[in-house]
Amino acid sequence: MPSDEGVYLYAVTRAEEHACPEGLTGVSGLPVRSLAHRGLAALYSLVSLDEFGEERLRRSMEDLSWLEETARGHHRVVEAVARVLPTAPARLVTVYRLEQQLRDLLDERHDGFVAVLSHVAGRSEWAVKAYAEPYESAPADESGPEDDRPGLAYLKRRRAGLHGREAAWRRAATRAEFVHEVLMSVAVEGRLHRAQDPQLSGREELMVLNGAYLVDEDRADEFARVLGDLDGDGVTVELVGPWAPYSFAVLEGEAARGAAP
Amino acid sequence: MPLPEPRGERLAAQGRLPVERVALVDLLDRMLACGVVVAGDVVLSISGIDLVRISLRALLVSVREADAIDGGMRHDGVEE
Repeated sequence: MPSDEGVYLYAVTRAEEHACPEGLTGVSGLPVRSLAHRGLAALYSLVSLDEFGEERLRRSMEDLSWLEETARGHHRVVEAVARVLPTAPARLVTVYRLEQQLRDLLDERHDGFVAVLSHVAGRSEWAVKAYAEPYESAPADESGPEDDRPGLAYLKRRRAGLHGREAAWRRAATRAEFVHEVLMSVAVEGRLHRAQDPQLSGREELMVLNGAYLVDEDRADEFARVLGDLDGDGVTVELVGPWAPYSFAVLEGEAARGAAP
Repeated sequence: MPLPEPRGERLAAQGRLPVERVALVDLLDRMLACGVVVAGDVVLSISGIDLVRISLRALLVSVREADAIDGGMRHDGVEE
């Protein structure tokens, strides 16, 4: 392998016939390869270290179109594999120096991967978001000598509005906790991601829940129904999935970093 | 008059998005904070999550503009 090439890891799965769908391409449109060892398979591409070297990457991660293309290439591979086999997705941009290191990885972490794969087998990840319903400010107070001191009345109204908004947000947050608890009665496992900024979520309402839930495939409909029944009462809910189990592919002793607020 | 669909069913149907329409921000939530990462052997792995989050904020404007050009497509890929 040329020294200017790296090994980009997408996911680890079971070494079975369909582990690597034919013609599948990943990041930078590169072909996806599979390395099998002790019943596990690592899916990877050989990438140029010009593009995936540390230095360059620092700049590239700032480039939204590069980031999006890379994330989608990574996701395409993970999804294609997760459709047919239990899959442990790797974190975005995990690059090794040599193919031999993948073999070592499958060797040293063999039991951990086997445990993760059996944990996610027959299950999918569902993303649930809850947003605080927009706050409707109370109609202007018509009583009182407003004409005399309009400035004061405005301030009073404004203070009442802020107060109401905060109370509404608190109610929504409490409701979101309840939603999470109820979902956990159907899900196998749940994980809370940081709430997305309104600019990132593309919605004006405040996000009060950004959860990921690992759900048995035969309970997916039930999960959606339960969530549907929870809509309202101060929060609007949204369900997206099924996803490959990104949020639940955590090797023992390698706690995922950065997700908790 | 068509029978009203149970809400759960509607939610589930709306959830099944084709790969290319999954929102980037949802993808990054998962790919940057989760997934198997085995430190030690890895030459390069993005651990500077905050760096990326900050960049994302800076780049929001371009996302929003791109969306506007696409025409009525929300971030989660659901057509309005």
